[in-house]
Amino acid sequence: MNAPEQMKQFRHIGTRPIRPDGVDKVTGKALYSPDFKAPGMLWGAILRSPHPHARILSIDTKKAEALPGVKAVATGKDLPTLESLVMHVGEGASDIVDISHNCLALGKALYEGHAVAAVAATSPEIAREALGLIAVEYEELPFVLGLEEALAEGAPVLHDTVFTKGVDPKPDKPSNAAMRVEMGKGDVEGALASAAATVSGRYTLEPVHQGYIEPHACVASWNGDGQAQIWTSSQGHFAVRSLTASVLAIPQADIRVTPLEIGGGFGGKTTIYLEPVAMVLSKKSGRPVRLAMTREEVFRATGPAPGAVIDVRLGADADGALVAADVQFLYHSGAFTANDAGAGVSSAIGHYRIANTRVVGTEVLCNRPAAKAYRAPGAPQVNFAVESAMDELAGKLGIDPLDLRLKNAAAEGDPQTSGLPWGRIGYVECLEAAKAHPHWSAPLGAHQGRGVAGGYWGNYGGPSTVNVSVAEDGTITVATGSPDIGGSRASMAIMAAEVLDVPYEQVRAVVADTASIGVSMVTGGSRTTFATGMATVQAAEEVKRLLCERAARMWGVPADQVEWRSGAVACLAGEAQGQTLSAAAIAGRSFHSGGPIAAVAALSAQGWLPGFGVHICDTEVDPETGHVRIVRYTAVQDVGTAIHPDYVEGQIQGGAAQGIGWALNEAYIYGENGKLDNAGFLDYRMPVASDLPMIEAVMVEVPNPAHPYGVKGVGEVPIVPPLAAVANAIHAATGARLKDLPMAPDRVYAALHPQG
Amino acid sequence: MSSTVYHAPGTVEDAVALLSADPTARPLGGGTDLIVQMRSGRLSPGAVIDLKRIEGMSGVRRVGDAFAIGAATPCTALKANAGLAAAWPGVVEAANLIGSVQVRNRATMAGNLCNASPAADSVPALVAAGAVCVIAGPSGLREAPVEAIPVSPGKTSLAPGEFVVEIRLPPRPAGGGDAYLRATPRTEMDIAVVGAGVSLVLDGEGTCTAARVALGAVGPTVVLVEEAGAALVGTKLGDDALAALSQAVQAASHPIDDKRGTVSYRKAMAGVLARRAALIAASRAGAKA
Ligand SMILES: Cc1cc2nc3c(=O)[nH]c(=O)nc-3n(C[C@H](O)[C@H](O)[C@H](O)COP(=O)(O)OP(=O)(O)OC[C@H]3O[C@@H](n4cnc5c(N)ncnc54)[C@H](O)[C@@H]3O)c2cc1C
Repeated sequence: MNAPEQMKQFRHIGTRPIRPDGVDKVTGKALYSPDFKAPGMLWGAILRSPHPHARILSIDTKKAEALPGVKAVATGKDLPTLESLVMHVGEGASDIVDISHNCLALGKALYEGHAVAAVAATSPEIAREALGLIAVEYEELPFVLGLEEALAEGAPVLHDTVFTKGVDPKPDKPSNAAMRVEMGKGDVEGALASAAATVSGRYTLEPVHQGYIEPHACVASWNGDGQAQIWTSSQGHFAVRSLTASVLAIPQADIRVTPLEIGGGFGGKTTIYLEPVAMVLSKKSGRPVRLAMTREEVFRATGPAPGAVIDVRLGADADGALVAADVQFLYHSGAFTANDAGAGVSSAIGHYRIANTRVVGTEVLCNRPAAKAYRAPGAPQVNFAVESAMDELAGKLGIDPLDLRLKNAAAEGDPQTSGLPWGRIGYVECLEAAKAHPHWSAPLGAHQGRGVAGGYWGNYGGPSTVNVSVAEDGTITVATGSPDIGGSRASMAIMAAEVLDVPYEQVRAVVADTASIGVSMVTGGSRTTFATGMATVQAAEEVKRLLCERAARMWGVPADQVEWRSGAVACLAGEAQGQTLSAAAIAGRSFHSGGPIAAVAALSAQGWLPGFGVHICDTEVDPETGHVRIVRYTAVQDVGTAIHPDYVEGQIQGGAAQGIGWALNEAYIYGENGKLDNAGFLDYRMPVASDLPMIEAVMVEVPNPAHPYGVKGVGEVPIVPPLAAVANAIHAATGARLKDLPMAPDRVYAALHPQG
Repeated sequence: MSSTVYHAPGTVEDAVALLSADPTARPLGGGTDLIVQMRSGRLSPGAVIDLKRIEGMSGVRRVGDAFAIGAATPCTALKANAGLAAAWPGVVEAANLIGSVQVRNRATMAGNLCNASPAADSVPALVAAGAVCVIAGPSGLREAPVEAIPVSPGKTSLAPGEFVVEIRLPPRPAGGGDAYLRATPRTEMDIAVVGAGVSLVLDGEGTCTAARVALGAVGPTVVLVEEAGAALVGTKLGDDALAALSQAVQAASHPIDDKRGTVSYRKAMAGVLARRAALIAASRAGAKA
């Protein structure tokens, strides 16, 4: 789209070749987690708590063990007792004790669906029948689901070991307030009191699910000598290895995790649920054991994104310059301490220059499944509140909502909420591109309205290992430790081909298992194209250097007398001057010129930059039914450099689609009994294709100076602005300001017909 | 372990015999309800009697100007029958709101009816159209109006050994038109929060001479609202008549509060959808009158 700042001529970067894993995936040959089978494999099943909160008085497994075909039964007592240790594996950190107790409850069941026992049997039917023979004696306890209810005096406290982190002095009583994060500066109250215009409001959101198509599944095989293999799909097989090893208190190198293709994760597969349980069952039975969740189990027992209650106050002077922002929110942690609040605090108001700010986030424990990362974890909720309030403020001031944002938009050098200066960010560029886009000035039909919202996500870098090796015929293999979720094999092949200046098809990228490549962090935090890409470029550069060195040796000239030119080494001096040697020619002789040619880059990528997006949404609201139709949607995003534009656009469209679903219809619905009432895709209403218009992705390229090709993360940003963009569009269409998600037809109808 | 036996009889008599032999046996049409319920553990019949191999069970037959729809006819086949689609567009559209293309390639109207969900989409349209079921059983064939089949959520009036053989739609009356509308949060793959079917007849002047209005998801079974039909008869569907229709429909709605909608929202939507469906039916009637 827009021209990069420094116009570089690329051969491959920015092209759209077919992904190397494409044929397998569209023909159904790709092996996803539930497809994998091992010889002699047993079928596992998990018994889950029917109660939202209960003490487990006893578990009698004798009858289940006696059922013919049952080979092993496990409970929480089969997992080792661990010391508290916070592990950082991906988006967010978790205490290993919590992860263990989430895999199999110990002492208490903390939510409906909490795993309490597991069996392995010779058929899935026997395994399921055996579950019915396990007798669990529960003492039901009072439960709490709501945020403010969980913090109220007298609320049932989930853990007597949790004393609110982040408050000084440490509280003297345990509570459901797991963690408090605060940032800010200046005099918020004073600035609000003297502001020319202020807005305030309370916004609420229900927890939502990541909605990946592939349910969690794994096969584990643990041998008597202590060595084990796990086959699973995840966002990071190294995280699976480290977490599983830690839960089982065994050496990491004793576990080899082979990544299978992943059918979606969106943050929800950055943790483990099944692997330690399958391992224990395998050890007890001496056979490989498969555990796979049903869709219902996925909904009842895996991480939703937290719901929230958010109070926002904004103040501006008469020209629309923001003078103060006060944002205070509660996020659901669910059964164990989660950590979206920190990201929520740093994602709330950093896209604007504001002198007086206070942002406070609190993680709240309650009897729901433990919250887990979901695409820009913690950002969409608070952004919904802030960007709705911005819209209201624009209305009050009589300023165009894009102009209000442009007037206040943060740029390079401006302080973030933390006080640190922003790097080369592209918010202003996105706002300008949105304003210039024909969508912004297109006419609207009856009952239609247009909304806009801006948002951002910090992105990440971190550890990645890449091995680039040259086959005897000169073709190149790029092996990474990063699961390919959004087309990263193609992007890695493009970057390596760019470095080596060879055809794209000469480079093949694979995802290697934990025994075949060095440690790599999860595919999450929008880090893979940036960090694993940086390692790919570094390793490819080293391969290029090795090829030059070999060619020089073959010609008998000093290494500085050769040069890499158009995908081959050219000789600059001596008898061979003017000759070239291709990678094939060099590699074909490599066994006699010093051995195979390969290079590993293991690095912790620094210099990542956040991504910014601005979304424009047109809605049409049926005044008689409250039904909202998304008529047109444009998502503008600073993508740094689009390595493979198709996959960048795909990320933008997918994120926007998920955000629209969150805005309109997705929500966990609980009954009075504390049980989830919509544990399936029929009543957990993600959008279907016909609910959405073509989402136009507009890529603005403001390259990241710290990456060899200018990459910024792109995957998470696009889920941040849609919630407010849709709400603002509904406001524009109807005059009603909806502050509670989801904006389902009955809610919209109630807002339009306050008399009923 | 409980197990389910699968039978695929070739004749109606064999099917009746198999159904009579095991009171837990279930007829199988497209299986888009039955198999889902079996997989989830909600239902474990001793036998499944597949109706699709029975001669004549699949397809639409013309009987003079009337239509006989075999019980195993998938919804997509209804759309493909031009005569049926022209005569009863509301019924055909209702059946083709069910699920997705993949679901409709299997799903049948008989299954939709006999599953006895209050939210079944084709049922209000069939009731409005005055459709009748032909039922086979141990004592031979009998007929019953569609609205007599469901008695409560998941329960039908079919006696042991009985199953629906075909659904009959009368000839389209001169000046007749029908329509079905439903409210769902999503555009497809969703269950009706409320459904409304209207079938009416207009005379040469545009005056309504007959009307049937049926609602889904506002009570334990489909509701045929006679007052709503009466509100239209003798009128030209002016504002007053439509307001009276909406009022009658709301008065006849006794929905529940659940995850799919509140009582007040469902009642309000019943009124809106019945009015809109009446206008579509009238425009169809007018077009062909
Ligand atoms: C993804 C999905 C989406 C869906 N969306 C919708 C929707 O939008 N609207 C809607 O109304 N429904 C929906 N359904 C439900 C279902 O598809 C319909 O009810 C369908 O019409 C059932 O027809 P079938 O032939 O598949 O019935 P089956 O599953 O074969 O049978 C349903 C029940 O009726 C009985 N039965 C079947 N045929 C006969 C017969 N001839 N005589 C007596 N009893 C019989 C069976 O024993 C069973 O109890 C959906 C289902 C799925 C899986």
